[in-house]
Amino acid sequence: MPVTTRPPSGLAAPPDGAPTVRPAQDGTSRPPVPWRTRLRNDRQMLLMMVPGVAFLLLFFYVPILGNVIAFQDYQPYLGIRESEWVGLDNFIGLFDDPDFLNAFSNTLYLAAWQLVFFFPIPLLLAVAVDSLVSGRMRRWFQSVVYLPHFLSWVLVIALFQQLLGGAGLVNNALRHLGADAIPFMTNPDTFPLLVVAQLVWKDAGWAMIIFLAALASIDTSLYEAAAADGAGRWRRLWHITLPALRPVIVLLLILRIGDILSVGFEQFILQRDAVGAQAAEVLDTFTYYSGVVGGGWSVGTAAGLFKGLIGLVLILGANKLAHTFGEAGIYQKRAS
Amino acid sequence: MTVPSPTLERALRRRRSRPAWKEQPSLGLSLAKLLLLGGFAVAIAVPILVVVSTSLADNEQLIRSGGYVLWPERPTLDAYRALLTGPLMFRALGVSVFITVVGTLLALFVTITMAYATSRPVLFGRPVLMAVLFTLLFAPGLIPSFLMVRQLGLLDTIWSLILPGIFGAFNFVVMRAFFMNIPREVIESAQMDGCSDWQILWRIVLPLSKAVVAVVGLFYAVGFWNSFFNAMLYINDQDLWPVQLILRNYVIQGTQVAADQLGVAVTAPPQSLKMAVVVIALAPICMLYPFLQRHFTKGVITGAVKG
Repeated sequence: MPVTTRPPSGLAAPPDGAPTVRPAQDGTSRPPVPWRTRLRNDRQMLLMMVPGVAFLLLFFYVPILGNVIAFQDYQPYLGIRESEWVGLDNFIGLFDDPDFLNAFSNTLYLAAWQLVFFFPIPLLLAVAVDSLVSGRMRRWFQSVVYLPHFLSWVLVIALFQQLLGGAGLVNNALRHLGADAIPFMTNPDTFPLLVVAQLVWKDAGWAMIIFLAALASIDTSLYEAAAADGAGRWRRLWHITLPALRPVIVLLLILRIGDILSVGFEQFILQRDAVGAQAAEVLDTFTYYSGVVGGGWSVGTAAGLFKGLIGLVLILGANKLAHTFGEAGIYQKRAS
Repeated sequence: MTVPSPTLERALRRRRSRPAWKEQPSLGLSLAKLLLLGGFAVAIAVPILVVVSTSLADNEQLIRSGGYVLWPERPTLDAYRALLTGPLMFRALGVSVFITVVGTLLALFVTITMAYATSRPVLFGRPVLMAVLFTLLFAPGLIPSFLMVRQLGLLDTIWSLILPGIFGAFNFVVMRAFFMNIPREVIESAQMDGCSDWQILWRIVLPLSKAVVAVVGLFYAVGFWNSFFNAMLYINDQDLWPVQLILRNYVIQGTQVAADQLGVAVTAPPQSLKMAVVVIALAPICMLYPFLQRHFTKGVITGAVKG
C-alpha cells in the first residue's frame, strides 16, 4: 500500500518553502503537508473511522486489557480495581487442574484428528471435481456441497442427531432389522470420528473452493505437453497438479497449525452434554464452563489467555517457517 | 480481490469438452469418482431431504414409517401452522429477523466506512488498519468479552446479540481490497469537482461496489441468523431467544416445552414440530443461497487467490 499524503484539496494550497520534497511511493512527488492541514482535510475520513474504531475499542482492545483478571483473584462484586492480585497463580493452578489438562489434551487430540482426516479430503474432492469434463455436473455438485458451510452448527448437530441419534433414522432402521442400536452420538470413544464426520459434512465442500481455484489457474498447455511426452494421468497428477497446489496447501496448513488450539467451539459445546466432558471438553468449552458457568472467572480467563497467546506465537512462527521454505505465507512484508 | 477478473472467469469456465490429450478414464476410475462425488452429494442432501419431508408428513405416515419419512405422501403444513401460531416460535422468529436485518445494516455501515477510510491515504489510516488486522491474529477471549458486555449493561437486551457482531475483520479486508482497486483518478476527479468525502463514498464508490457490498452483506446476514452462542451467553429472558437457541434447546437437548408455548391451535405430531423448527432455521439460508453462490464464486475466490 503506497504511503502518501493526500493531495491537498483545491483551497489548501501547498505550503511555500517546504524544506524537502519527499518522493511518494507512487512515483509522483508532493511536498509534505502540515499535520494541521491534513487533520482539516481528512476530517470527514476520520469521522468515517469513528464507528469502526469505537467498535474495536469496545469489543476488542478494552476486553484485551480485561485479561488482567487472569492475574487476579477476580470477584465480580469487587471489580477489577479491588480484586486481589495473585500473579501467575492461576496459570500455575491450571496445570494442576485435571479438568484443564483433560481439555488441553482433548484439544490437541481432536486437532490431530482433524488435521489427518479432514485436511486431505477437500483436496481429494477438488482433484476429482476438476477432472470432471461435464460443466453441468460440476456446477450441480458444487451447488450441493457448498450449502452446508452456511448452516449453523446448531442445525448441523440437529441434522446429525435426527439421522444418527438414539431415536434417529439409522438406529430406527437397525432396530427394525432386529439389530442393536449404535450410540453414534453419545459414545465418547468414537467421538473424534463423529467430530471429523460433522466437519467433513459441513465444510469439506467449501474448503474445496480454494483448491479448485488453484487448479483452474494451471496452464493446460503443461498437461498437453506432458501428455504428448507420454505422461499418463497419474504422472501428470504427481508432476503438474500437486506442485501447482503446493503453495495453497502450505498456506492452509499454516493457517490450520496457527489455529490448532481452536478445534471449534459451538460444535463441542452443543455435544458436551451428550458425550460427556471427559471426551468433549476442549480449551474453549473449559473457559466457558469454569468461568461463566462455574464462576471461576480468573481461572477461565487464564485458560483463554493461555490459548490466545499460544495461538499468536504459533501463527507467527508458522508464517516465518513458510517464508523460510520460500512460500508466500499468509502475510508478507510488502515493498512499501 | 478485484472487479471479477476476466482471465479467472475464463479459466473457471474452460475445459467444457474433453481435450484431445486427455485419455478416456478407465471404468474403474469413473466408478470411483462417481462413488466419491455422488456419495458425498447424497450424504449432504439426504439429511436435509429427510428433515423437510418429515416436517411435512402427516401423523399416520409418520407412525407407519417409524418416525421419519423420505417423501411425504400427503404433505401438510400443520406443524408450521402450529408453530407460528404459538408464541414461542413466533417471537423467536421476530427476534432472529430483527437481529439479522438491523445487524446486517449496522455491520455494513461500520465496515464500509472503515474500509473506505483506510483504503485511502489518510491521517491515521495506517495504524487503524494495523489495529484491525491484529484482530485476525488474536482474540480477547470469551470472559473479558462477556464482562465488557455486562459492563455496558447489554446483558438480556437484544443489542447484546447485535453489537458484538457488527464488524468482522475478514469482511473488512474483502471490502477494503475492492475499494483499493477503484482507480484513483475517479476519486480525484470527484474531489476536483468539489465532492466531499461522504459524497464520494455515497455517490461514486458505493455504486461501483454493489457486488462486494452484496457479498459482505450476505455473509453478515448469514452470520447473524446463525449466531447461537451469543444468545446462550448473554440472554436469560426466554422472550429474547432467537430461532437457533430454540433449535438447540427443543430439538438437540430435547427440553420439554409447554404445549401452549409451542402452539396448540392445530395438533401436529411432535416429531413434525421438531422437524419444522429445523426447517424454519434452515429456510432463510436456503433462500439466500442462490444469491450467495452467484457472488462468492466471483468474490471470495478472486480474493483468496490474490491474497
